[in-house]
Parts: sequence; structure tokens; C-alpha cells
Amino acid sequence: MSKIWLIIKREYISRVRKKSFIIMTLLTPLLLATFMILPGLLISMSGDSETVMVLDRSGLFEGKLENKKDLNFIPLAGTLDQAKTIYQETDNTALLYIPEMSLDNPEGFVVYGKKNISIQTQVRLENMLEKEIESQRYLASGLDREMLDKIKANVSLTAINLSDQGEKDNNAIITSVAGVVGAVIIYFFIFMYGVQIMRGVIEEKTSRIVEVMISSVKPFQLMMGKIMGIAAVGLTQFLLWIILSFIAVTGVSAAFGVDAAPSPAAQYAAGQVAAQGEESGGDDEAVQQDSEKDEFANTIQDVKQSFANLNIGLIFICFIFYFLGGYLLYGSLFGAIGAAVDNETDTQQFMMPITIPLVISFIMSYSLVLKNPDGPVAFWMSIIPFTSPIVMMVRVPFGVPAWELLLSMGLLVAGFIFTTWIASRIYRVGILMYGKKVNYKELSKWLFYRV
Amino acid sequence: MSILKIEGVTKTYANHTALDNVSFEIPQGCIFGLLGPNGAGKTSLIRIITQITGADTGKIYFRGERLKPDHIREMGYLPEERGLYKKMKVGEQLLYLAQLKGLSKSEATARIKAWVDRFEIREWLGKHIEDLSKGMQQKVQFIATVLHEPALIILDEPFSGFDPINANLIKDEILSLRDKGATIIFSTHRMESVEELCDNIALINHAQKVLDGPVKEIRDAYKTDTYQIIGNGQLMITSPDFDVLEQHDNHGIFRANVKLLNNASPNDLLRYLIQRVEVHSFVELVPSINDIFIRKVKETHHV
Repeated sequence: MSKIWLIIKREYISRVRKKSFIIMTLLTPLLLATFMILPGLLISMSGDSETVMVLDRSGLFEGKLENKKDLNFIPLAGTLDQAKTIYQETDNTALLYIPEMSLDNPEGFVVYGKKNISIQTQVRLENMLEKEIESQRYLASGLDREMLDKIKANVSLTAINLSDQGEKDNNAIITSVAGVVGAVIIYFFIFMYGVQIMRGVIEEKTSRIVEVMISSVKPFQLMMGKIMGIAAVGLTQFLLWIILSFIAVTGVSAAFGVDAAPSPAAQYAAGQVAAQGEESGGDDEAVQQDSEKDEFANTIQDVKQSFANLNIGLIFICFIFYFLGGYLLYGSLFGAIGAAVDNETDTQQFMMPITIPLVISFIMSYSLVLKNPDGPVAFWMSIIPFTSPIVMMVRVPFGVPAWELLLSMGLLVAGFIFTTWIASRIYRVGILMYGKKVNYKELSKWLFYRV
Repeated sequence: MSILKIEGVTKTYANHTALDNVSFEIPQGCIFGLLGPNGAGKTSLIRIITQITGADTGKIYFRGERLKPDHIREMGYLPEERGLYKKMKVGEQLLYLAQLKGLSKSEATARIKAWVDRFEIREWLGKHIEDLSKGMQQKVQFIATVLHEPALIILDEPFSGFDPINANLIKDEILSLRDKGATIIFSTHRMESVEELCDNIALINHAQKVLDGPVKEIRDAYKTDTYQIIGNGQLMITSPDFDVLEQHDNHGIFRANVKLLNNASPNDLLRYLIQRVEVHSFVELVPSINDIFIRKVKETHHV
């Protein structure tokens, strides 16, 4: 046991001290922080209030275009050419020209700008003009805008799961996100660190240290020590990423005085609000703002509720279990590949059968499993050990019967023992083979060598 | 007393037999040559002794005990395919390998210090292995092999790739380790390279032991009672006790290989010669291990 510990320690320390590890560990949170902060920073930079000069020849919009906090209007009078000259002398954003026209035929609106006018501003102006024209048409036809707002209905659907455990709020989006994030992390972890195991074994073979090593330790100890040491490196990196990202994001946002771009939950809430848009128009700004706030608060509440209803504890335990189980299952196979070949270019043919189930389960979890988390494909893929770490992770937040979960976990453990057995048989023969190109037939023979 | 006793060891791989019922003993405190051509089964046998693989049948006793995993600590093995972790520093590497052999950190550190001072390589400790020359790496490998003071040191083709200076250094170290009581197994196909070093040998060919025993006894057994004489004069041997195998004359200088027959002694030959020619050199032609091996292999093939 102490030998395995020594091996784990060496594998861990030699990797953690590498420049590439340190750079990756520091750079990723910085990049993440940049990606989170940058949009916010850009928005705030371009977010200065805009001023639009309005030349209203129709007289329909006089006093109707109200100033918003980031959009001001300055009414002008005179001819278009005069207005243009005045506008040229200011540094206002745009000049809005409203020609003489009737309510029935609103045409000929033009926006002049010194620079390109953002789509956002254009759309906003269009909306405001449309709203105003609509209001005036309502008035003309004897309808009241307020009356119409009262008539308007706003329905939001709350999905509730009726299951054995009683009623549960079900917010499909939040549920999917939690599972998919876990699955993606597992997927990348298996690949990144599985390949590191393989490279480590190849390195030991090519540097000819391996026979020196196995005259002191058993091949199995050498293999497991490497797998565990690299797992520890991976966990360290993830932990550092989480901590450093947090520090970086708060640090950068404090330094620039900018909020981070909204989290997915907040974005979702904002999206809901945006869907309702500035519908209520400019008339009752105050009322609308209040309702917007309510709306936003409600949605946030919904999201929080959904998170609370997700069984965070269960998801976390499952994540750790499938994370380690999947890594160990594939890690030993990657180790076996490393032992079977002489250099990395020879690994291709053996990588295929390992990569395929991983990639398929990754693709499936996005398409079929998310769409129908209780369907037969999802069921079988979450039971079979080679695909279960990813697929089950996606399914868990939707709620999985206990027997399925236990069966899947049990099979994963069995699968891990099985692949480790295979891998150790290949490993102990392979590490002492030099300069021999092996194929599958040869490998299958190795399984039954007496050593 | 023998430190290692090999009894009827057989090892087969899928399609060939690496060792076929091999038995011999290795006495304590000797330098033992495990000799044979490439592919004879030397490395297979060593891997069985170092417990990297197991024998199909047969038994191995280490100091009278059946070989067991604990014995690994008492062995130091320098494989033919040897190397070091390239990215590790010399000091760390030696410490790691010593700890894997069961040394405590403090003990290992003390011994590493003693060895690097002995080889005058103290300033290398902080260097990465990949920055060392091949000869330097070989020194480090040798230190790693003997650092835990094993009772049995196994060197597989130890001098392949060594430059003559390093080879001599290692030879001296091996002799001094033997004097301290260690037993050393040399495995090589270059028989002449270890002839003068080995006390005992075993010859292996085609998975079978051909011959084993003390070098002196083997040579005596294969002595041919042939002497090489170089001298001045006209040599004409007519005595029935002496058989001239070969003779060259060159401007009055002759060189002849003469075999003694009918229990004649070398002194008889010398006396016979002195009466007739001027003798400059009189040397017994001792068969080299290489010759013995070739003869032995031929014999077994004829049988």
C-alpha cells in the first residue's frame, strides 16, 4: 500500500509542478472571468444614454415621445435641411425625421446618424412610433389603451411532477442544465485525464523505466498508482478552477465596477421578462416598471424554487460517483492502450472503441435523453456501464427510480472491476514488449497469458 | 552456501519455450555469469528471479527459502532495457526508487549522498535526467540499482552502451560490492567481456542450460593440454608424446601449437624443446568460454 502511495505522490507532484498545468490552471479562470465580464463591460461602455433629435413634421408625436433613462429626445422645428445642419453641430446619436403623414398611412420615417445607428436603437424607435400610432388609432376608433391592457391576459404555466414522492415543481430547463453540466464535466474529465494516463504509460515505456519500476512494484500497483495520481491532479485542477474563477470574476468585476454577465438563471428570468417586452408602451411607464420588477422577481423565485426542488444532494452524490466510476472505468482502458503500443501514433486503432461509446453517449444525452429522459434509449444507455456515467448524469435531475439508479451504479462498479482486470492483464504483458506492433488478436491472447 | 537455487524451471510463452527445465545454483558472494546468445532465455530467467513473471513449473530458493515478494528488497536489478524518468531530477529519482525498495527517506538521502560523493557527481543532483549525457545516466542507473544494498545484484547486459571509462568504474564497484558480501549475476551474450570477472558461470542455449560451474573447473575440464611455443630455430618434433597441431616458420622464428599425448607433462615438452631450439615463449592454450560454449553447443547438436 505504501508503494502505491509513493507512486500516487510522484504522479501527482510531477504533474502539478509542470508549467503547462500551472498555466492551464491559472489561465482558464482568467479566460472564464474575461468571458463573463467582457459582455457586461461592453454593454456598460456603449450604454451611455443616447440622445435623438426629433423633427416631427406631422405633429402627431408632439410630447408623446417620452424620455427614458438611456434615451432622450430633443424636439426640433423647421425644415429637414435646417434640422440636419443643427444635428451636424451636436454630437447627438441620431436625427429622427417624421414626415407629414396621416395615421392611416404612416410612411417615410428616416433616421439620420453620423455613425451607424445600432439595431437596438432602431428597433426601439420603431416600437415607440408603432405604439404611439396604435394608441392614436385606438383613440380615433373610440377604444381606450388602458381598457385594452386590462383585457389582455398573461398566462405562465407551472409544471408539476406527480410522482411517488408527492408533487414537485418541474422546471425542465433548470433540470436539464444541472444534468448536462455534470455530464459535460464527466465527459471532458474522462477524455483529458484518460489520455494523460495513456501518455504516462507510453512515456514509461519509451524511457525504459518500466522494467526498473516493476522489479520493485507490481504492474498493477504501477497502473493503479498512475490512475489515482492523475485523478487527484484532475480534481485539484477542477477545485482550483472553481475557486480561482470565483476570485477572478469577483476581482475583475470589482476592478472594472461591472457586474458579471448574468448567470444562466438570471438570463432565463430576464428572457421571460423580455418576452413580455415593453408591451405596455410609454403611457404608463411607472406602472410598467413596477410590473416588470414583479415579473422579474417572480421568475427569479421560480428558478430558485426549481433549484430547491432538484435534489441537490442526490445530484451531487451521483455526480461524484459517476465522475469517479466513469474515470476509473475508462482510465484503466487508456492505461492498457498505452501499454500495448510503443508510441502515440499507434494508439489510433485502439482509441476508437473507447472513444465511440463516450461520444455516442455524449451526443445522445443532448438529443434523445434530454427529449425523453425516461425512454428506452435513455434507460438502456444509463444502465450499461460504458455509457451510464454520462447518460445517467443527464437523467438524474429528472428523477430516476431508485432501482434503476442502484442497478446502474452496481453495474458501473462491476464494469470498472472488469475493465481494470482486462487492463491489468494487457498492461503487465504490454509494458515489457518493445518494438512489436500488436493487433486485437494479439491483445486477446495476452488476457490469458500466465505471468 | 548458495544464495539462489534454481530447480527445474520451465517457462513457455504462447508459441515458444523460453526456459526448459533449467537448474543450477549460485553460490553466495560470487560473481556469476549467466551466459548465452541472444534469445537463449537469460532475460526470461532473470524476470522470474526478480518476480516480474512467474515460472510455469520449477522452484526457486532464495537463501534456502522459496522465493517470495519480500525477497525483492534484497535484489537490485539493472535491466537491459533501462531508463529513468526524463523529467525528474537526479536526486528525486534516486530517492523515489530507493523508497520503492523500502528505504526510509532519511536513510535513502544519506546513502544517495555517499554514492554521489563517491562518483563525484554531487552537482548533478538538481539536474533533470534529460539534461544528462548517456554515460551520466548510466551512473545514476547503477546507483539506483545498488542503493538499497541488495544481497543479490542482477545486471542484464551491463556494459552495453557503457564507454570504457564508465565500464571500468562499474567493474571496480562490482568487485568492491562482492568483497562486501554481495552476490552479482551478470547476464550477457558477450562472453569474453565477463570472463575475467566471473567466478562461476552458467551457459544457456535454446532455453536449456548447457553447462554450469566455477570458471576454473570448467576450463580445466575443457583443457586440451595444448601449448603454444614461440622460439628461434628449426623445430622438428618427432616424439610420439607430442602432436604438432599447427606450425608456422618465419625467418627462423617459429610458432607452434603442440598437444601433449600419453600423459606427458609440459615439463617433458619443455625439456625436449630446450635441447633443440631457443624458446622465447611457452604458453598453455586455455579455451575461452566462447570456445567452450561453441564446442558444447556443437556436441549437443550432434547428439
